[in-house]
Amino acid sequence: MLDIESLRLIWWLLLGVLLVGFAITDGFDFGAAFLLPFVAKKEAERRIVLNAVGPFWEGNQVWIVLGAGAIFAAWPPVYAVAFSGFYLLILLLLLTMGISRPVSFKYRSKLPNHFWRRFWDFVVFTGGLFPAVIFGILIGNTLMGVPFYFDNNLMIHYAGTFFDLFHPFALWCGLTSLMMLTMHGGLYLAIKTENPIRDRAIYYSRMAAFLMIICFAVGGVWIAKGIMGYEVAGGVDPYGYSNPLHKSVTSATGAWLQNYSRYSLSLLAPLLAFIGAFSAMLTARFRNSLFAFCCSSVSILGVIATVGVSMFPFILPSSNNLTSSLLVWDSSSSELTLLLMLFAVLIFMPMILLYTSWAYYVLRGKVRQEDVEVQAKKQAAY
Amino acid sequence: MQIANDVVLLSRIQFGMTALYHFLFVPLTLGLSTILGIMETVYFITKRPIWRTMTKYWGLLFGINVAMGVATGVTLEFQFGTNWAYYSHYVGDVFGAPLAIEGLMAFFLEATFVGVFFFAWDRISKGAHLVVTWLMAAGASFSALWILIANGWMQHPEGAHFNFHTMRMELYDFYSVIFNDVAQAKFVHTISAGYVTGSMFVISISAYFLLRKRHIAFAKRSMTVGAAFGLASALCVVVLGDESGYLAGFNQKMKVAAIEGMWETEAAPAALTVIGFPDQANRITKYTLKIPYLLGLIATRSIHEPVYGIVDLVDEARHRIQSGMHAYSALDALQKDPNDKHAEDVLTANEENIGYGFLLKRYTDDVVRATPEQIEEAAWYTVPDVFTLFWTFRLMVACGLYFIALFAVTYYLSLRRRVIRHPWFLKLILFSLPLPWLAAEAGWVVAEYGRQPWVVDGLLPTFMGVSSISAQSVLISLFGFIFFYTVLAVVELYLMVKYIRLGPEALFKPEDFNVQPN
Repeated sequence: MLDIESLRLIWWLLLGVLLVGFAITDGFDFGAAFLLPFVAKKEAERRIVLNAVGPFWEGNQVWIVLGAGAIFAAWPPVYAVAFSGFYLLILLLLLTMGISRPVSFKYRSKLPNHFWRRFWDFVVFTGGLFPAVIFGILIGNTLMGVPFYFDNNLMIHYAGTFFDLFHPFALWCGLTSLMMLTMHGGLYLAIKTENPIRDRAIYYSRMAAFLMIICFAVGGVWIAKGIMGYEVAGGVDPYGYSNPLHKSVTSATGAWLQNYSRYSLSLLAPLLAFIGAFSAMLTARFRNSLFAFCCSSVSILGVIATVGVSMFPFILPSSNNLTSSLLVWDSSSSELTLLLMLFAVLIFMPMILLYTSWAYYVLRGKVRQEDVEVQAKKQAAY
Repeated sequence: MQIANDVVLLSRIQFGMTALYHFLFVPLTLGLSTILGIMETVYFITKRPIWRTMTKYWGLLFGINVAMGVATGVTLEFQFGTNWAYYSHYVGDVFGAPLAIEGLMAFFLEATFVGVFFFAWDRISKGAHLVVTWLMAAGASFSALWILIANGWMQHPEGAHFNFHTMRMELYDFYSVIFNDVAQAKFVHTISAGYVTGSMFVISISAYFLLRKRHIAFAKRSMTVGAAFGLASALCVVVLGDESGYLAGFNQKMKVAAIEGMWETEAAPAALTVIGFPDQANRITKYTLKIPYLLGLIATRSIHEPVYGIVDLVDEARHRIQSGMHAYSALDALQKDPNDKHAEDVLTANEENIGYGFLLKRYTDDVVRATPEQIEEAAWYTVPDVFTLFWTFRLMVACGLYFIALFAVTYYLSLRRRVIRHPWFLKLILFSLPLPWLAAEAGWVVAEYGRQPWVVDGLLPTFMGVSSISAQSVLISLFGFIFFYTVLAVVELYLMVKYIRLGPEALFKPEDFNVQPN
C-alpha cells in the first residue's frame, strides 16, 4: 500500500493537475470574456463570442470548485490559511467570478433591451478580467510568503493588511496571468469563430503571448534578484504528523531557484512555458488554430509547474514566522483521507474527462451568426 | 487566546444569510431537474411535440433559477475557509472529503450536462438528449447527497477521533461517515422537499395559465405531472421527516427537547406539545396544548424509553464540561511534552468531551481553573434558542401536512380532468406557491440554528471555528453580499415573472404544441 510520504507527493501533484485543469479550461473563458469588447464590435458578433463559451463555462468553473474542495480535503491548513489570509481578495473573486459571472452569461440575452445587454456585457468582461488578475496576485503572494503564524492549538493568526496583498511583484504576477489567459482565450475564439472575429482574436492573442513571454521572463529575474525565497533548514519528517511547528526554515533572496540547480530536469517547467507561448504565437493562424491552442495549454502547464517546482516542498510559506510555513510534508490530511480521496479521483476523473470531451465533441464547430439566430428562436442559445 | 465575539457574530450572520439565500434556489433546482427528466421521458415514449415544448419551457425557467444556484453556491464553499478557518483546520480531514467528492461526482456532471441540455437539442438524438437530462438531474441529486453527508457529520459526528499531535479531528472510518443514519435520513428528507418545491412551482404556474385560460393543453399536462410527483414527494417528506425526528431523538437530544419546549423529563412515553410559548429566561413553556404519549412514540419508538428534558440534558452537559476540563489540561501537558504517557491516558479517557472543555473558552482563558459559576453558565449555553426552534419546526410540519392535502386534491381533480372547473381551487394552488420555500427555510433553521452552540455537535463550539480576521473585513463582505444578492434577487424575479407572463406560446412555434405524435 502507499505510504504517507508518497500520498503527500501524489496529492501535491494532483493539486497541480487540478490547477492546470482549471487554468486551461476556465482560463479560456476568462480570456474570451476579457476579449469580448475588443474582438466583438456589433451585437451579432458579441452574441457569437458569448455562444462560443456559452455551453462550457459552467463545467469549466467546476475545476475551481473541485480545486478548493480538494485543498480543503487534502491540505486543510493550506485551505484555512489561504482563504482567511486573502480574505478581501477572495471576496472580490467571489463577487466577480462566483456570483456575477454565471448570471451575466445566462441573463444577458434574455431581454432585447440595449442597455440591459450592454450592462451585462460589461459584467461578462469584468468576470474575465478580475479572476484572471486575482489568481495571478494570489500566486504572487504565495511566492512572497504570507504573514501568519500558528499558536499551540494550531489556531491561525494573520498579521497582514489588505493593501499588503498589492505588492508590485504580486501585481506583476497578476499581469502575467492576464496575458497568459488572454493568449489562451484568444486562441479558443480563433477556433470557434470566423472572420472578422477570428482575425481580431488572433491579433490580440499573439500580442498577449508576446507580452506574457516578457512578463514571465521579468518575473523570473525578479524572483532571482528581488524576492525572498524560503528553504527548509531541518526538522522535517515526510512520514510525520501534519503539524507545521516542528521544523526550521530560513529565507534568502533567490532561494526559490535552489531546486533548479538541485534537479536540472526541473528546468523543463519554465522551458515549456516559454516554448509553448512562443509556438502558440507562431502557429496561431495554422489551420483552425487548434494546434496553437494546445501550445498555449502547454505554456500554462509550464507556468504553473514552474511555480510549483520553485517552491517545493513549500505550499504556503509564512513571511513573519518561518516555522509556521506549510510544507508538502506537514500540512496534509491523514493517510486514510489522502488514500480515500485518491481512490475517488481515480474513479471519477476518467469519467469526467470522458463526458466533458463528449460535450465538447457534440458542440464542436464554428459558431455562426445564422445558427445563433435560429437557435435563439428555439430558446437554445444565449 | 481571545476570541472576538463581533467577528463570530458577523461571520454567523453572513454564513446564515448566504446559506438561506442559496437555499432559495437549491430545492427548485432539485425538483425541476427531475420533473424535466419525467417530461422528456414522456416525449421520448409518445413522440408528442407538446412534451418536448414542456421540457423546454420549464427548462427555460429552470435555467434562470440554476444561474442563481450556481452563483450563490461557490460563496458557501469558500466561506468555510475565509470565515471559519479554525473549523476548516479542525475538521477538514473529515469534512473536506465529502465536499471534494461532491465536486468530482456531482458538480461536474450537473454543470457539463446543463450546457449540453440547453445547447444541443438539434445536435444529438432524442435518446441521447434524454440521457443528458437525466444525468443533469442525477448530478443535482448527487450533490445534495454529498453535502448532506458532510452536514450529517456536523449534526452527528461519527468515524473520527481527536489527534493531539495535529490538534484536529482525523478520519478513521469513512464508511460510518457515509452511512451515517442522520445523513441518509436528511438526504431523503431534503431531496423530497426539493421535489415538492419543483412540483409546487409547476402546478402553481400551470394554475395561473388555466386561470387566464391560456396554454390550456400545456398547463393541464404540466399540472398532472406536478400533482402526481408532488403527492409522492410530499408523502416522502413527512414519512422521512419523522424518521429524522426519530434519529434526532437518539443523537441530538437537546435539539429534540428544544423543538418540543420540554424543560423537564416526563414519564415515558412523553406527550407531544402541539402549541405552547417557550420562555427561555424562566425555563418554562406556557399555555401548552398536548397530545399524550405521541412524542415518546415518535422520538423513541417505544413506550418505556424517556425523552429527556432540557434541565436533565444541561445536567449531563455539566458533567461533560468537567470531563472536558480534564481533557483540556491533559492536552496542555501534551503540547509541552508529547511523550507524557499519563496525560495521554487522561486525554484518551476524556476525549469525547474535549469540545465541552472548549465551551469554557467563552468565559475564561484559563479553562483548567474555571469556576463553578462559569461551568454552570457554559452548561446552560448548550441550550439553543427554544422559542425559535419550537415555532419554526411547527411551521415546517404544518406546511408539510398541507402539501399532502393540496397535492392529493390536485391529483384527484387532474385525473378526473376537472381541475379547470374550480377557479377558487386554482387560486389556492397559485397562492400556495411560496409555501415550500417557507417550509425549506424553516427546516434549515431547525437543523442548523438548532445545532447551536455547536458547529460540530459536541465537538467544536461555533465561536471556536472562526478565522482570525477583522470585524471590519467581515462587515465589508457582508455588505458586499447583501448588495449583490439584493440586486440579483430583483433581476431574477423580474426575469421569472417576465417569462411566466410571456408563456410558452409566445416563445415557441404553434406546431410545437401538437398533441399528436410526429
